[in-house]
Amino acid sequence: MNTIGTPGDIMPAWPEGGVSRVPYRLFSDRGVYALEQERLFRGPVWNYLCLELEVAEPGDFRTAFIGETPIVVARDEAGELRGMVNRCAHKGALVCLAERGNRKHFSCIYHSWTYHLDGRLRGVAFRGGLKGKGGMPEDFDPARHRMQPIRVEVFCGLVFGTFEPDMPSVEEWVAPTMAHFLKRNLGARPLKVLGTHSQIIHNNWKLYAENVRDSYHATLLHTFYTTFKVNRLDMDGGILLSEGTPWHHISYAKRATFEEAAEYTEAKVHSASYESKLNGPALLETEDEFDDGITHSVQSIFPTLAVHFTLNSLCVRNFVPRGLEETELVWTYLGYADDSEEMTAMRVLQANLTGAAGLVSLEDGCINEFVQRGTRGSGDAAAVLEMGGRGLESSESSRATEVSIRGFWSGYRGLMGYA
Amino acid sequence: MIDAETRGRIEDFLLDCAWAIDEDELEAWPGFFAEDGRYRITTRDNEARGLPVGIMLCEGRGMMEDRVLALRTANIFEPHRYRHILGRPRLREAEGGLVRSDSSFIVMRTMQDGRMDLFAAGNYRDLLRVEDGQVMFQERAAVLESRRVDVLIVIPI
Repeated sequence: MNTIGTPGDIMPAWPEGGVSRVPYRLFSDRGVYALEQERLFRGPVWNYLCLELEVAEPGDFRTAFIGETPIVVARDEAGELRGMVNRCAHKGALVCLAERGNRKHFSCIYHSWTYHLDGRLRGVAFRGGLKGKGGMPEDFDPARHRMQPIRVEVFCGLVFGTFEPDMPSVEEWVAPTMAHFLKRNLGARPLKVLGTHSQIIHNNWKLYAENVRDSYHATLLHTFYTTFKVNRLDMDGGILLSEGTPWHHISYAKRATFEEAAEYTEAKVHSASYESKLNGPALLETEDEFDDGITHSVQSIFPTLAVHFTLNSLCVRNFVPRGLEETELVWTYLGYADDSEEMTAMRVLQANLTGAAGLVSLEDGCINEFVQRGTRGSGDAAAVLEMGGRGLESSESSRATEVSIRGFWSGYRGLMGYA
Repeated sequence: MIDAETRGRIEDFLLDCAWAIDEDELEAWPGFFAEDGRYRITTRDNEARGLPVGIMLCEGRGMMEDRVLALRTANIFEPHRYRHILGRPRLREAEGGLVRSDSSFIVMRTMQDGRMDLFAAGNYRDLLRVEDGQVMFQERAAVLESRRVDVLIVIPI
């Protein structure tokens, strides 16, 4: 375990240059992938699992994943939220097959072992045998067998889980800047789901973790706004990294100050209106919801969560590793429970900007695969991440930087055992 | 009651729309819709739960034209084509003199290197306007069986 980082080990040696260099091998090495399951996903991090509103009532359950490990989140009879590995303590079969539902207790279909909603073993079929023959040994103790519990915690309507018993609270772990922005977007008003779908992207999960933090590529790869001459009044922006370990980030764009000019106020134009060459301009009709001037934002929470707020479109993205070179990107579009019909209609229309068919961002479905394919057989070659310097400082005036990607790798290196 | 002649027109119309997409005549695609027509792609799961956000939504021909223009000039993706296979439509009279049509589809996708996959399967839930022998979509919802999209959707289904 301590021999990590030297040539010939599972983990490649990290090249000179620290977080400004990333060995391509990390995206296509089976040994690395297996080690990540243990050290990273089942290590000292909070993993996003589901929304609290999906497990609102006693008996509600939702299946999820920590890395590749199947998880079930359930609300027990007492209203307590429980998390456990979705695996029968007998032979290891999945206990919950459905993605969501409501149960009085769980039952493994293989041999009918049943579990309480908190994962404690409730009953073993034929424990006493049949007609006095067979059955479990006398000393079989059901209290010593259960679905493996994990710690779960809710923050801003998001349910997180961890295998690490000594984790600080989610709020403490994400640190104040990230916590503040999660509260702004998800914590102030009750949420409702507007729709969901997912995308299978053919790349290692870390390429999407980089991509979602990559503010440098935004206007270069995604040309929808420029092609349609969308006159964006919100070009001021920056990058904030979490305090301490800078592995979470916020990238934001603000409306420019001249937007407050009198003609806008008098005309009662929504301050984030857009001029464009669109034939269907209603797409970008929008209304300010916050007084901080931020109109576009993406926030990442290590390892596999991102939340974006694009105009009025609010969405939770969870990218789940489905193997070394496959990732499922799950988009869950949200609104607030007390939204007006007009606001809901805007959120619904603006969902067109993102997702599997997102006008602005659909390129992300294939670009990471191009990196995956491009880095095959690359030996000891490494990516160069020097945009905006080589360090880990927040960049409050520019998004032409790769600092949040370097932040991701600083967290990754720590967990995987690099100095 | 939908007479055989109307049925024939509708079936031809549905085929023509699929062929326009498969033959890369996408500029003609918005013309299959009424000016204020609606097009969306969503999933069976979203529909069952009554959720309004799917995968793609165009309110009016203008948004469809923007989609096609974006595909031609703005969006970047690996070149690919579709081949639609349509089932025979189930037709019923609907409110406002419209015809409700449900038809199964599968879409095979072929990439530039020749790789071919089953890309999508589902139901076209259509509301058709039939006037003076002319058919057009008032509404078309491509309801996908699966919530999972492979890579991305840029060409309308």
